Amino acid sequence: MSLPDPQFNALGELHHFIDIDGLDKSLLTQILDTAEGFAGVNDRTIKKVPLLRGKTVANLFFENSTRTRTAFELAAIRLSADILNVDLVTSSTKKGESLLDTLHVLEALQCDMFVVRHGDSGAAHFIARHVSPSINIINGGDGQHSHPTQGMLDMFTIRRHKGDFSNLCVVIIGDIRHSRVARSDISALVKLGAGEVRVVGPRTLIPADVESLGVTIYPTLEKALIGADVIMGLRLQKERMATATVPSSGEFYRTYGLTPARLALAKPDALIMHPGPTNRGVEIAGSVADGKQSVILEQVTYGIAVRMAIMSIVMGNATNLRRAQS
Amino acid sequence: MKESDTTVFDTTAVSHWLDGMLAPLMQLLDEQTPVALIGIRRGGVDIGTHLLAQLKSKGVAVEAELGELNIAFYRDDFSSVGLHPVVGPSQVPFEVQDKHIVLVDDVLGTGRTVRAAMNEIFDYGRPAKITLAVLVQRNGHELPIRADVVGHNLAVQSNEYIDLDASTMTVRVGKK
Repeated sequence: MSLPDPQFNALGELHHFIDIDGLDKSLLTQILDTAEGFAGVNDRTIKKVPLLRGKTVANLFFENSTRTRTAFELAAIRLSADILNVDLVTSSTKKGESLLDTLHVLEALQCDMFVVRHGDSGAAHFIARHVSPSINIINGGDGQHSHPTQGMLDMFTIRRHKGDFSNLCVVIIGDIRHSRVARSDISALVKLGAGEVRVVGPRTLIPADVESLGVTIYPTLEKALIGADVIMGLRLQKERMATATVPSSGEFYRTYGLTPARLALAKPDALIMHPGPTNRGVEIAGSVADGKQSVILEQVTYGIAVRMAIMSIVMGNATNLRRAQS
Repeated sequence: MKESDTTVFDTTAVSHWLDGMLAPLMQLLDEQTPVALIGIRRGGVDIGTHLLAQLKSKGVAVEAELGELNIAFYRDDFSSVGLHPVVGPSQVPFEVQDKHIVLVDDVLGTGRTVRAAMNEIFDYGRPAKITLAVLVQRNGHELPIRADVVGHNLAVQSNEYIDLDASTMTVRVGKK
């Protein structure tokens, strides 16, 4: 018998946000609708709502990430929560006792939510299983497994521009194998009913079983781009280029780089997306990254509203649970 | 009209309440301060749309578009009931600063919704003045908030609700 999904509480409501797998379309839509409400907050004189006043969010980053950490920080600030950045970057990630000790200390400090970023796949899941039930966990990226808030902000960006998902052709380019962003995007796109999801990249970077997720592998970027509505680049991680499995950056750009000439094969209003940081001249030409079809910086902006939505939904559900149990 | 425990006020009655709001509202507006209407979702948006059209037809200078507030993020009950469903985002398509804001809702009860709405309005800017206009003012206030313009006063039991059906412009009073 498999264990119940730890993302849900005893009332069947979302308690931790760890992975888009296991969530259904209506929940993803609820997150996107709620984020729509928060998106306007950024345009006000006072960019803040009082919703999470008195709550404490701890950013537990076991892996460096300035942009994700900053986005969570701003989301918490704009919800009026207090935010604590705990520096946990160490050379060796040791799960087990030392990690649990850290968690228990933070619990004792009366934090309400942990945002976890960790280099090991499954770390957020592990933490969710071991923290006190009063704490909500949000996965800010775990190993090669999942980066669900990035997945949701990508969906929010697409929905804002394209509306419905059902007629969309989405192309994801590059290192699918090592990319937690790709995994979360694929899962969300399939659940939201995207018309077609295509993946393309060097053979060594495309998992053989990826088609079981509901996507189609394309042999060349040129073929994949024909008729595309949304084009998602992924960062080619330089640390992996040293190994033989990955071509050199020049070779990658020649075959898979998103150039103006290749972009012309897609629909004229195709969106260009990238989770950042972009390697110009490796995954994407500078002129394409800065061009009028690019929504790369919008993704960053929307990331705040989407994280505000996820944080307030899970914290609200924690409230419901406490009331039901009292 | 009484159907078991439910009382329904029909379109004629409710339209009469609504029409009766116009004259007292106009008395509260002055020519020096620019006027804008903001409705609280969802019932207040329906009433606000109606009032805005009436003001325009009387030649009153008023912001052409209605502002709409979704106060889910400003409610005072998050720590007891969690996040309320988000029924469309707030949209205030004009500057609030130095305006005379007419805040519109369908029913004024405890006053908590209005408090939340006023807190939200101040995050858009500092209005010169806020006037509260409601279709129905009921008893059961929990805050020192009363409407300046009232379509109809209704005394109900604490276990009764008042519900506006904007599609038919009818108001239903029933047991919770």
